[in-house]
Amino acid sequence: MNPSALIYLLTAAIVFGIGLHGLLQSRQILRQLLCINLMGGGIFLLLITLGGGADGPPDPVPQAMVLTGIVIAVSATAFALALLLRWHELGDSTELDAVANADANTHDE
Amino acid sequence: MTNEALIGLIFLPLLGACATVLPGRFATYLGILSGLAPLPLLLVAVTLSVAQNGPGFLELGGWAAPLGIRLFVDPLAVLMLWMVAIIGGLAAIHAWCDFPPASPSGQRFWPLWLLLTSAMNALFLSADLFNLYVCLELITLTAIPLIALTGSKTAVRAAMRYLLLALLASLLYLLGVALLYNATGTLDLYLMRDALAAAPPAAVVATLALISLGLLLKGAVFPLHVWLPKAHASAPGPVSAVLSALVVKTAIYLLYRVWLWSVPATVAAEQALTLLAILGAGALLYGGVLALLQQRLKLVIAYSTVAQLGYLLLILPMASSGAWPVAWQGGTYQLLSHGLAKAAMFLAAANILHALGSDRLSDLQRLDQRQPLSLFALAVAGVSIMGLPPSGGFLAKWLLLDAAFRSGQWWLLAVLVAGSLLAAAYVFRILAASLRRDDPTEADPVADTKAIPNVQTACAVLLALLALAAGFAAAPMIEFIGPGAPGAWSRP
Repeated sequence: MNPSALIYLLTAAIVFGIGLHGLLQSRQILRQLLCINLMGGGIFLLLITLGGGADGPPDPVPQAMVLTGIVIAVSATAFALALLLRWHELGDSTELDAVANADANTHDE
Repeated sequence: MTNEALIGLIFLPLLGACATVLPGRFATYLGILSGLAPLPLLLVAVTLSVAQNGPGFLELGGWAAPLGIRLFVDPLAVLMLWMVAIIGGLAAIHAWCDFPPASPSGQRFWPLWLLLTSAMNALFLSADLFNLYVCLELITLTAIPLIALTGSKTAVRAAMRYLLLALLASLLYLLGVALLYNATGTLDLYLMRDALAAAPPAAVVATLALISLGLLLKGAVFPLHVWLPKAHASAPGPVSAVLSALVVKTAIYLLYRVWLWSVPATVAAEQALTLLAILGAGALLYGGVLALLQQRLKLVIAYSTVAQLGYLLLILPMASSGAWPVAWQGGTYQLLSHGLAKAAMFLAAANILHALGSDRLSDLQRLDQRQPLSLFALAVAGVSIMGLPPSGGFLAKWLLLDAAFRSGQWWLLAVLVAGSLLAAAYVFRILAASLRRDDPTEADPVADTKAIPNVQTACAVLLALLALAAGFAAAPMIEFIGPGAPGAWSRP
């Protein structure tokens, strides 16, 4: 593996890790969405790097996967933002209550 | 002919969805009818072909694997497609009354519904892991708007939580797929086994762990089920039915495909299957207990889904034992009978909620006078959920007990019995609440009840009767399903 591929791999891992950390840490939905997109970016970078082809031409399959993945990420983000707007209108809040709370809570509101 | 039928199963609902967003009533009606009505006919053709010629691949555009993306149809896929057609079809008839196609609410509902149908059909037929990722995302992005459709605060909150967890699950799955492609050079589920056996073990473990984790999260398997009860309970009735009966099963179906069809049968894989079964046992017990503690009918039914999904994982450790064919029949029968019974329960619960204006268990008194047929559907479906004879649920649980007994997995036997007892307890709790006659202060609960369209009642009753009838029509179905994955796990 050539050194530049290693840099890309490390970057992919770091970007994915930052996204995962942020997703688990923050309560703000918008931040969580950004983190999910970061994680996606990390995976896309990984796919492109792994399909880079050390000696020959790059493998086209991962590139096609990344293109499709980007389309899906954009649509998912758009829908999530629309849902977030709706949630903000309903309750003037940009956070969800803690998951544990919602699960243990057996009553309706 | 079969090839055209397979393509039609995916593309007719897709084209129908496109038609429903065109202006004009005619296009909406045409889209819904052309997207859903032909599915059973196409399935008859596919079923006959699979029964005659066995499982088969369809190479789209004439491109052979590994470059091309293949469709694969076998008895398990056919069973799932029938469930989409029957349960989805009856739920659609139920939805027709609440979301009339020409109304504004209908115009939001039907495109999503048809896309969801198309995506599920595509998922059950795909043989390519990346194609399956696209299907999973399509299902997520159509199922969640359907939950949020009512626009209530509870529904939007449940949808938002479901969406965040589902996106995380998809990314874990996608990361697994990326590593898998790097390790094996293929994405085809049915070409993977040899490549996986030759790949470095660390990469295989990481890949399978990530893919399974993503699927367990999407399939709401204990302890990753936190999003399910509220999401399923706050969705409109027909949507709850399809979510619980079909959508969560798509993830379980993929777990079956990956672990039983694609993973080489090694000792490590067997231990992983045992781990999955332990999660299933946890789901069965935890979901059952939580279902007993709920105060609202739809939440009881939703937690019952968490529990009943556990059965589907319990069969996995028997994959290498001599009892596997029986276990497999039990598992697939559980897929079918739980789907029918759970859809019936959610539709009946939706009718009750409409009629009474509440689905709190404490408000259900004298239900036998106010909503006799909905209660009948609830009770008959409950019989199948509990596993009492002669229902389909009884047969599934009987086969599972038999398999556990034959393979000597005693702990499974105990879990199965405990799960059935819990199911009996929460179903009887609903029935007891419905037959109560205290509270003489209330003027006349029967008079306060709103009327429900007969069609909606009929859909719930029909699904419940189908769940019951599954117990009688077992022999041909079990023969059709066969012994499961061909030669996947060597059986002594």
